[in-house]
Amino acid sequence: MHMRSRRRISKVEADGALAEQFDDLAQQHEAASLGMWVFLVTEILFFGGLFAGYTVYRASYPEAFGEASHHLDRLLGSMNTAVLISSSLTMALAVHSAQEGRRRALIVCLLITMALGAVFLGIKGTEYAHKFTERLVPGLDFGYDGPYPGQVELFMLFYFIMTGLHALHLVVGLGLLGVLAVLAWCGHFSAAYYAPLETGGLYWHFIDIVWIFLFPLLYLIGTHS
Amino acid sequence: MSPIMSPTVTIPHEHYLNVSYGVKSWLFTTDHKRIALLYLTTITLLFFVGGAAAVLMRLELLTPPGDLVQSETYNKLFTIHGVIMIFFFLIPSIPAVLGNFLIPLMIGARDLAFPRLNLASWYLFTLGSICTIVVVVMGGVDTGWTFYTPYSSTYTNSFVVPTIVGIFVAGFSSILTGLNFIVTIHTMRAPGLTWFRLPLFVWAHYATSVIIILGTPVIAITLSLVALERLIGVGIFDPALGGDPILFQHLFWFYSHPAVYIMVLPAMGVVSELITAFARKRIFGYDFMAFSLIAIAVISFFVWAHHMFVSGMSVYASLIFSFLSMVVAIPSAVKVFNWTATLYKGSISYESPMLYGLGFIGLFTIGGLTGIFLASLGLDIHVTDTYFVIAHFHYIMVGGSVIGYLGGMHYWFPKITGRMYPEGWAKFSALLIFAGFNLTFFPQFLLGYLGMPRRYHFYPEEFQVLNVMSSAGASILGLGYVVPLIYLIWAMRYGAPAGPNPWGATGLEWQTSSPPPTHNFEVTPVVTQEAYAYAESTEDIKGGS
Repeated sequence: MHMRSRRRISKVEADGALAEQFDDLAQQHEAASLGMWVFLVTEILFFGGLFAGYTVYRASYPEAFGEASHHLDRLLGSMNTAVLISSSLTMALAVHSAQEGRRRALIVCLLITMALGAVFLGIKGTEYAHKFTERLVPGLDFGYDGPYPGQVELFMLFYFIMTGLHALHLVVGLGLLGVLAVLAWCGHFSAAYYAPLETGGLYWHFIDIVWIFLFPLLYLIGTHS
Repeated sequence: MSPIMSPTVTIPHEHYLNVSYGVKSWLFTTDHKRIALLYLTTITLLFFVGGAAAVLMRLELLTPPGDLVQSETYNKLFTIHGVIMIFFFLIPSIPAVLGNFLIPLMIGARDLAFPRLNLASWYLFTLGSICTIVVVVMGGVDTGWTFYTPYSSTYTNSFVVPTIVGIFVAGFSSILTGLNFIVTIHTMRAPGLTWFRLPLFVWAHYATSVIIILGTPVIAITLSLVALERLIGVGIFDPALGGDPILFQHLFWFYSHPAVYIMVLPAMGVVSELITAFARKRIFGYDFMAFSLIAIAVISFFVWAHHMFVSGMSVYASLIFSFLSMVVAIPSAVKVFNWTATLYKGSISYESPMLYGLGFIGLFTIGGLTGIFLASLGLDIHVTDTYFVIAHFHYIMVGGSVIGYLGGMHYWFPKITGRMYPEGWAKFSALLIFAGFNLTFFPQFLLGYLGMPRRYHFYPEEFQVLNVMSSAGASILGLGYVVPLIYLIWAMRYGAPAGPNPWGATGLEWQTSSPPPTHNFEVTPVVTQEAYAYAESTEDIKGGS
């Protein structure tokens, strides 16, 4: 069997960014990116269990689910959709700035993205607070006296679990962006090395996409009923 | 063939085990080989905890009346046996120990793609294990490893939530391992190592990782929903709200049936290595072997409802799932035929790993064929929830996965430790395990067919003879597990030095020294031939670094 000496590691690659198990930055970038994609597949299946359950019950109780969706605040929901889509734009701009080596623009875009994420959580919190005053919280305080009380409680359960899990992911995303912003501040990234921003961005867009599905399924299904 | 050993083989001066010493050098290691050994220690401990529960069950079933334990205790025993053996032994066994150790070696890489994630996964696994052990100490859980609602969500007073936390955390660890394997196999293969030159062990772990990635998150969310239902009093499986407990079963088996293939595909990968090494032949039908692994992984996601034929499902759904369950038998049969064809005209030798390899083929075949019985609608209704089912899945999980794991542990023991184990004792215990296993579980096919239901701690007198046979077999099987534990630990220190390639096997892992250096290879190997190039002269194979 022939042997070949290990690929020579260039000086630029050796200054901390390249982990020892990789031959070069390109291989490391590919691994990081694929790793995040595989993780997102896992996440899709994680939410998928909930979407499957939602689908089963909505097919069983279409009227009750339509009725229940009237109790969600469509205006706040729409605002949040706009906020989150805008944050995806600024995230994409952050990665773009990193690719062009513009550190200042990168940091500004990351901070705007984080601010939009925080606004989303604020609006979500307001909605949750309203549900407590309207006594629409399953298990803890449920005082709904309209038609289909059981199935409406089921719907509200899906609402809290799905949006709650989504919000939890957003909190993790904020932490991730915070770390990236600090690293960017310290000049850790360059036009040659920006893989962590790209993988962080993938995660952020995933959070956005989950919301794009949650919003119509929870807020809009009652529109025509 | 006897092991190719020259009298000059010695343990290399520096290797991954002696580069550093002390507890910290292990607890903070990012070396995949050391992490594999951390996993080995943890799962071995858990195996014997799960085994102890089985010993108590078999003792209880020695006599017809329930005289050793009460029914509540018995429920907790079979639950803890199932939870530990499935989530904390079988699922991590081959991937986290052998896969972790061997995949970078087999593909000529210095480590996995994400070494710190690999260490984190062991910590998560340990955390989950501690959770589960704490549950056992506090008083146990009695739902069965299946956690069926509404019993698990509403009625039981045992420790369901902490058990679910344990399984959830351990599930994260297996997701991280699967993710690491997929990325590593995609991005870190040595120059010249194309996909169709990969050892089938690597293909098997790739297929396993795909199942882990797609299945585990579903059980994670499903069990979380059960825990939530216990905590807040209402839940999406709660019939009082219009919820459907059968939905739980669908979501549960969506993971838990593919999980059977998480347990058995890696063992199939091991067996492909064993059969080729000890028949000294290239594998028959490499492409079919690789594709059948992927086919099993894909089809495994479409058969889950064959666990639910009596749960209240439409007859048409049952028919479709029955058909699909038979379809998954085809790629499995392809594998058995190809192993057999590989043996044909091979220069077969019967070292202990080969005994396990051949044992696997026989026992897996019995487990697989009885699986076809269970996939047939009419017959399944007759034997649902009887010992026939217990016997069937133990033939797959013990006769398949555990036998494959033990065969692999023996085969790669010289690579892991640099030393040989006592071959006589190894052969003796392999035979002990084979005999003990069959005596334990074959009578259970008969018991089940005669109508003895599972999960009862007492039974009518007419079943006693078969139950005594089964319990007697279990004691032999138990001994068969303890003997290797003793001589393998002994051999770690006192075994004769093995040299880089004691079996004269192909595969990159045999080209580096035993034990390997921390970064696996002195120079990155370049691959120029297929995985099982045994047909060429043995002179080529003996070589190596």
